[in-house]
Amino acid sequence: MSKKASSYDDFFASRPRTIDLVKKGLAKRRAREKRFQLYGKLAIILGLIFLLTLFTSIVGNGYTAFMQTYVKLDISLDVDALAIDDPDNIQQLSTANYGGAVKAALRTMFPEVKSRSDKRALYSLISTGATYQLRDRVIRQPELIGQSITVWVPAADDLDMLMKGKIDRDVVQADRRMKDNQLVWVDKLISEERIKKRFNTGFFTSGDSRDPELAGIRGAVMGSLLTLIVTLALSFPIGVAAAVYLEEFAPQNKLTDVIEVNINNLAAVPSIVFGLLGLAVFINFFGMPRSAPVVGGLVLTLMTLPTIIIASRAALKSVPPSIREAALGIGASPMQTIIYHVLPLAMPGMLTGTIIGMAQALGESAPLLMIGMVAFIVDVPGNIFDPATVLPVQIYLWADSPERAFVERTSAAIMILLAFLITMNALAVILRKRFERRW
Amino acid sequence: MQTHTLVIVLLIFSSLAYYLGKKRAFKVAQGKIRNLHSLPSYYGLYAAMWCSLPALLILFLWKSFESTIITNLVVADLPAEIRAQGADRLNLIVNDIKNLVQGNITSGQIDTTLSAAAEHYANLQASGDAALTVLLLSLAVGASAMVLMRIKAHQRARNAVENILQGLLVICSSIAILTTIGILLSVLFESIRFFQTVPVSEFLFGLEWSPQTAIRADQVGSSGAFGAVPLFAGTLLISFIAMVVAVPIGLMSAIYLSEYAGPKVRATAKPLLEILAGIPTVVYGFFAALIVAPFIRNMGVSLGLDVASESALAAGLVMGIMIIPFVSSLSDDVINAVPQALRDGAYGLGATQSETIRKVIFPAALPGIVGGILLAVSRAIGETMIVVMAAGLSANLTANPLQAVTTVTVQIVTLLTGDQEFDSPKTLAAFALGLILFVVTLILNVIALTVVRKYREQYE
Repeated sequence: MSKKASSYDDFFASRPRTIDLVKKGLAKRRAREKRFQLYGKLAIILGLIFLLTLFTSIVGNGYTAFMQTYVKLDISLDVDALAIDDPDNIQQLSTANYGGAVKAALRTMFPEVKSRSDKRALYSLISTGATYQLRDRVIRQPELIGQSITVWVPAADDLDMLMKGKIDRDVVQADRRMKDNQLVWVDKLISEERIKKRFNTGFFTSGDSRDPELAGIRGAVMGSLLTLIVTLALSFPIGVAAAVYLEEFAPQNKLTDVIEVNINNLAAVPSIVFGLLGLAVFINFFGMPRSAPVVGGLVLTLMTLPTIIIASRAALKSVPPSIREAALGIGASPMQTIIYHVLPLAMPGMLTGTIIGMAQALGESAPLLMIGMVAFIVDVPGNIFDPATVLPVQIYLWADSPERAFVERTSAAIMILLAFLITMNALAVILRKRFERRW
Repeated sequence: MQTHTLVIVLLIFSSLAYYLGKKRAFKVAQGKIRNLHSLPSYYGLYAAMWCSLPALLILFLWKSFESTIITNLVVADLPAEIRAQGADRLNLIVNDIKNLVQGNITSGQIDTTLSAAAEHYANLQASGDAALTVLLLSLAVGASAMVLMRIKAHQRARNAVENILQGLLVICSSIAILTTIGILLSVLFESIRFFQTVPVSEFLFGLEWSPQTAIRADQVGSSGAFGAVPLFAGTLLISFIAMVVAVPIGLMSAIYLSEYAGPKVRATAKPLLEILAGIPTVVYGFFAALIVAPFIRNMGVSLGLDVASESALAAGLVMGIMIIPFVSSLSDDVINAVPQALRDGAYGLGATQSETIRKVIFPAALPGIVGGILLAVSRAIGETMIVVMAAGLSANLTANPLQAVTTVTVQIVTLLTGDQEFDSPKTLAAFALGLILFVVTLILNVIALTVVRKYREQYE
């Protein structure tokens, strides 16, 4: 090695070499890298934990609502107890004193109960629904009059909660919904095998009620269905038409730009503002009925339109120009090209967007509160002009109710709602996977 | 005739017109289609459109304004002493008349004037319906007959049909603009009426909010103060808590999913996180009120803190969870749009992956991420159900997340779902709040969308 080179070496040796500097910082940088990755993992795990907590708490609170406690009663249906004189008279049958018959059955079972307050406590074990159940049965089978029948009637919400383990027997009496004497009667009923839990069909077949044990979701589900039908019937054709115009026909000018910016903005407008629009325009200006699915459907149409238009435009965009050119080349007019060639190819994407929009509409409640779909409605709606409520609003109403038993009903209703939403989204995914073509 | 029978009859008429038009086109062409300008079905379609569209348009317009017109006519014929009773009394009477017509239960005793008015109402309705039926059917028949008679071989039927179709498409796409105008007008009109009773400055800068207005003059505790600052503060507090939760978690999970995770992890974790976006907000509200709020309260009690049972923290936390997938999917898009060359350059210089992300990709993606966060903020401000169910009603002006605050959306819902007449300042205040909400979210959205678009163009 020449002398010159070694002097270079000396020169470099006197100051730190880059590789050493890099190596010195390496451990720190590796640690930082690890930490950064950890943050990422933590973020995802945290998100998943939130999801898991949400689902477990709702399922844990709600699964019991699918079972309902029933009590076996021996009811004697004699003419005097029912306070009727002519068993063939339907009018009399429907107004007879069935409540008295139910109470009499309870009294004969517990002859030791004498004082008024104790009697009231005893009667409160049985739901008021027992009276209506009995009435319906007798009207269906008038020949039962004069006989003694054994029926399973729904228990009141407190007894139901007790049987589901949601009322703690060890709490001091003053803080407990079920008092000591009631517990004694319940234990007697249990030992006589007069209490059992059955699948809660009433939850699916009845409308709303102030009594948790009688409240069902049928009215809300029907309301949601009617509202969604209106929404779908309006938003799908309008959305597709708007997308076709904007994507295929619209000239590049100011107006088109304005429409485009508008649609993107509308997609981000808070949903409650659409409710204000519905209240001011549809109800106050056009005088449409309050609480009706038709108004709800209109409001949700305006709300979901941007979603559908944006998805449909993406679907149209993904159809390759060669399809259009081929159709135009053999003499089709632009409109024919779109209707017969482009639209069928874009349809799966459009349908996917529509289903997602419908799922959004199904879960929406804030704008519907504004147009009065929040009323307490017992009847199941039959058409789009009947007053109705929808599933999410029903959840909101039940969540506000003070009774303990409504917590499980609310959770169960949420489970039903989520089941609908998951089905719809799964449908959208399947549709996309099966029919969407990659060009 | 009932509306839906009328519609069905119109549809039958137009299919008839279609059939006749097609047949007539064949006849005009003497059986040779090549003599025709368009396919025969277009002649049919043209006739059918003329048959149904004008009639349906008139039907729609009449049905939209029917009740307003008839009500005004009936009210004008009411005796003067009833009309002099003021708007809210009159409203009740009109409702009674409508209920009488429909055979529903009425609110009070029915006197002869009322039943006469109801009869008048029913008569007007019946004659309106009859006139409408005659008008529509003659219009449908007349228009389609006109078209059918004028079918010629060289008539450009296809172009005419396509023009009508294109007109329909234009109408459909202008609904978006109509919606925006409708929103603006509806909140603006009521807001202006509100600002006639409460000055704008008091509404925007007043520090006290208690919308209970006195029904009688001698009532206590119902001053009716409409200073909205506590609501704005509450909204901002809850949105801030939500963003504190959502931005770090959403951003970090987006970075991890797009830069580190293998295809398998990505394919499972991403859809799972997106489920959070599909859950209805009412479910989050229930979760916040039932699980999170008591949990935070118990935690606070065990730490010796005084936590309100409807604390801002609970609502904000749950709202943050809701927004996580929103932030994460927007950031994911933006991060994926950063060109691979930038990454390769950083790796080539010896940067570690996290250094590349923090020093190269993050700054490059920043405008897009900021745009996404702005969209998320606008979403948090407009979110309704979570705060209605989990935040309080008392308008406290505080920055303490453990206290109960109220928000703009909560007040809109409570003001409009109670029972009071529509013209009271209380209900009008809801529209003023709606106007503020709409304007603020609109500004945020416009900024965010422009930022994101500019960013996209930068790398295209």
